[in-house]
Amino acid sequence: MIFQRTNRLQDSLTRTRQSFFGRIAGLFSGGDITEETWEALEALLIAADVGVATTIELVDALREQVAREHIRHADEAQDLLKQQMVALLQAKTRRYLEGDGRPLSVVLVVGVNGSGKTTSIAKLARYHQSRGDKVLLAAGDTFRAAAIDQLAVWAKRLGVELVAHQQGSDPGAVLYDAIDAAQARGANVLIADTAGRLHTKHNLMQELKKIHHVAARRLPGAPHETILVLDATTGQNGLAQARTFSEAVPVTGLFLAKLDGTAKGGIVFAVARELGIPILFVGTGEHAEDIAEFDAVQFVDGLFR
Amino acid sequence: MFENLSTRLQDIFNRLSGKGRLSEADVDAALREVRLALLEADVNFRVVKDLIARVRERAVGAEVMKSLTPAQMVIKIVHEELIATLGEPRKLNLSGTPPHVIMLAGLQGSGKTTTAAKLALKLRQSGQRPLLVAADTRRPAAITQLEVLGRQLDIPVHSEGDKVPPPRICANAVDRARKGAYSVVILDTGGRLHIDDEMMRELEDIVRRVSPSEVLLVADAMTGQDAVRVAEEFNRRVPLTGLILTKVDGDARGGAALSIRAVTSVPIMYLGVGEKTDALEPFQPERLASRILGMGDVLTLIERAEAAFDQEQARKMEQKLRTATFDLEDFLEQMQQLKKMGPLHQLLEMMPGFSGIKSQLPEDLTEKQMKRVEAIIRSMTPEERRDPRIINGSRKRRIARGSGATVSEVNQLLNQFRQMQQLMKQMSAGRGIGGFFGRFGL
Ligand SMILES: Nc1nc2c(ncn2[C@@H]2O[C@H](COP(=O)(O)OP(=O)(O)OP(=O)(O)O)[C@@H](O)[C@H]2O)c(=O)[nH]1
Ligand SMILES: Nc1nc2c(ncn2[C@@H]2O[C@H](COP(=O)(O)OP(=O)(O)O)[C@@H](O)[C@H]2O)c(=O)[nH]1
Ligand SMILES: [Mg+2]
Ligand SMILES: [Mg+2]
Repeated sequence: MIFQRTNRLQDSLTRTRQSFFGRIAGLFSGGDITEETWEALEALLIAADVGVATTIELVDALREQVAREHIRHADEAQDLLKQQMVALLQAKTRRYLEGDGRPLSVVLVVGVNGSGKTTSIAKLARYHQSRGDKVLLAAGDTFRAAAIDQLAVWAKRLGVELVAHQQGSDPGAVLYDAIDAAQARGANVLIADTAGRLHTKHNLMQELKKIHHVAARRLPGAPHETILVLDATTGQNGLAQARTFSEAVPVTGLFLAKLDGTAKGGIVFAVARELGIPILFVGTGEHAEDIAEFDAVQFVDGLFR
Repeated sequence: MFENLSTRLQDIFNRLSGKGRLSEADVDAALREVRLALLEADVNFRVVKDLIARVRERAVGAEVMKSLTPAQMVIKIVHEELIATLGEPRKLNLSGTPPHVIMLAGLQGSGKTTTAAKLALKLRQSGQRPLLVAADTRRPAAITQLEVLGRQLDIPVHSEGDKVPPPRICANAVDRARKGAYSVVILDTGGRLHIDDEMMRELEDIVRRVSPSEVLLVADAMTGQDAVRVAEEFNRRVPLTGLILTKVDGDARGGAALSIRAVTSVPIMYLGVGEKTDALEPFQPERLASRILGMGDVLTLIERAEAAFDQEQARKMEQKLRTATFDLEDFLEQMQQLKKMGPLHQLLEMMPGFSGIKSQLPEDLTEKQMKRVEAIIRSMTPEERRDPRIINGSRKRRIARGSGATVSEVNQLLNQFRQMQQLMKQMSAGRGIGGFFGRFGL
């Protein structure tokens, strides 16, 4: 079931081929490197939300390499750029929940409003189920209207248990209770939702710190993953999000959601470059099955399609 | 990585020519920086290209106004061009016979449901009778979400569960509005991708059945380069009549709004500035233009400051802010002036580099609290105001008694002030307000 995900990702990444990028990509087939090649490359990266600073750095490095190695063909240059970009993303790769085998793994999911946290939690739950894990969910968004109901629907659909308090209650207490429940019921993975919060809201970031702290106090080593869900549609603000969230809590990985649209999610290069946070998963739809482990080569290929 | 645009421009003009007319070389050098700033703000790169071309045409050879430096002159032209592109704000169209139908549409998670509730509240405040319609039958608990919001606001929500097709729900809701004398019907549709043909067809269906007078695209201020494609596609399928930009309470520069406006000509109507249902503001082109340029609302601030302060006072305040010697005494003194300039939050928001501070102040630093703060400071001795560090336990109790506040409120004020001072120090050490105001002689 999980395996069809690769195709979904491939699908969504191919979708834009026909359009604008297709035309740009056309510049690279055959042909020698001209000034146009560089411009097209820059445009491609900017259009993918890679950002000016990262684009300049990537293209400058490429120009140097091209000069050094006397490279003449545009498509060769493109391949080199791809390799560079893959290397940038792979520099910090790490397996999700590395060092498995502990009795209970706690996964805390954080991010700005509407980025896709709750849905991504359903996907992660499905992912764990398919590997034979016993999953428990914690309804840690006690703020947004019907956020608890939303996760409850997913729990029911997936057939996993849910720990929830009332709307408006303390999210730390929810997580605390959920860890208790997970241990009592023999669950080996606990995934906790949190309310969406803009990283600029000081009070809400303090609250997040507290939630993280509560988990660590209740279960030493927890949370074992703190995953930031980033919307692939996000532009340059994604870097500020990743920066500020990881200042508040140790973010261990990214979940790049909504990659099934036409946005490319290029801001992750800046995140990788500046913060070294690995991308663990991508989300490619609204169903629990629409999850894929991150594959840097595929991702970069998608950018050039 | 990137410095404040105005600082960078100033540097360029220091290297280049003096005053007089803007030369081609000056303008091109400046526009390279403007281009970077706009791309950093997520303005679509094709839109940036057009905009730069227009500015260039106007700027080359332009006479630098007497009161301005060349850098200011370029900023002024860019700013004007941004404002022109952003266009005039527009009110909701409520002409014709009620019920008026307002449909909200957009990508997943952009803020439609919250905005529906915000609009309903606003409309009720202006004397309308709104009916909210739960037309998102796909996302888990989307209906409940709207129902909860409706209950909070005491505004009725029309829902028929998640088994009835949304176009039918919408049509039924409009019937109900007609019979129940509701004057406005607000449709909260499900989030969808612009490339999802089936889902886009659903929107077309709704439009066909209920002919909304407003079809508003709800877009997230954090959206990147893809915003144009999304907006173009929505506009192609269901002609849009307006745009609402959400999550403007964050620090995203919001270039997406400019891009969307540039490619669709759809007017920007409101800005969402918080999760609560009253956090909806009318769109103001000048403010958004400054924000996109990454200058806070510096131009508005200059104007307002000029109106409220005499030059001498302004210079003094700037000096204090810059050197972070701003004490409680000054705070009290300035409070009168500040009041004339508008709410503190709004002020800080307008200052470049200060949006960080703003977010660290409590959300509800309202006028009422300002009065409280004033009372507490007034109960301090001049020495205490100049050096709050001397305020020990017994002094705190005295101040509390004198101002009718609690000791913990006094503590809170002192803490906040200390934090603010620290932040000011950081800002002035970095590339914040100090450099800017200094250079512009405010
Ligand atoms: N197309 C697409 N939609 C997604 C994806 N992930 C989430 N969504 C949708 O995005 C919207 C918001 O997702 P949620 O999971 O509610 O996001 P959230 O971060 O929990 O939102 P808040 O809790 O309100 O801050 C929903 O409509 C989801 O169905 C994805 O990978 N692709
Ligand atoms: N900070 C902030 N959050 C917002 C704003 N508008 C909506 N949200 C939040 O964004 C998330 C998604 O909003 P929702 O209305 O459910 O979006 P929908 O999926 O488009 O209906 C929720 O967590 C909202 O609370 C806003 O203006 N500012
Ligand atoms: Mg959620
Ligand atoms: Mg909704």
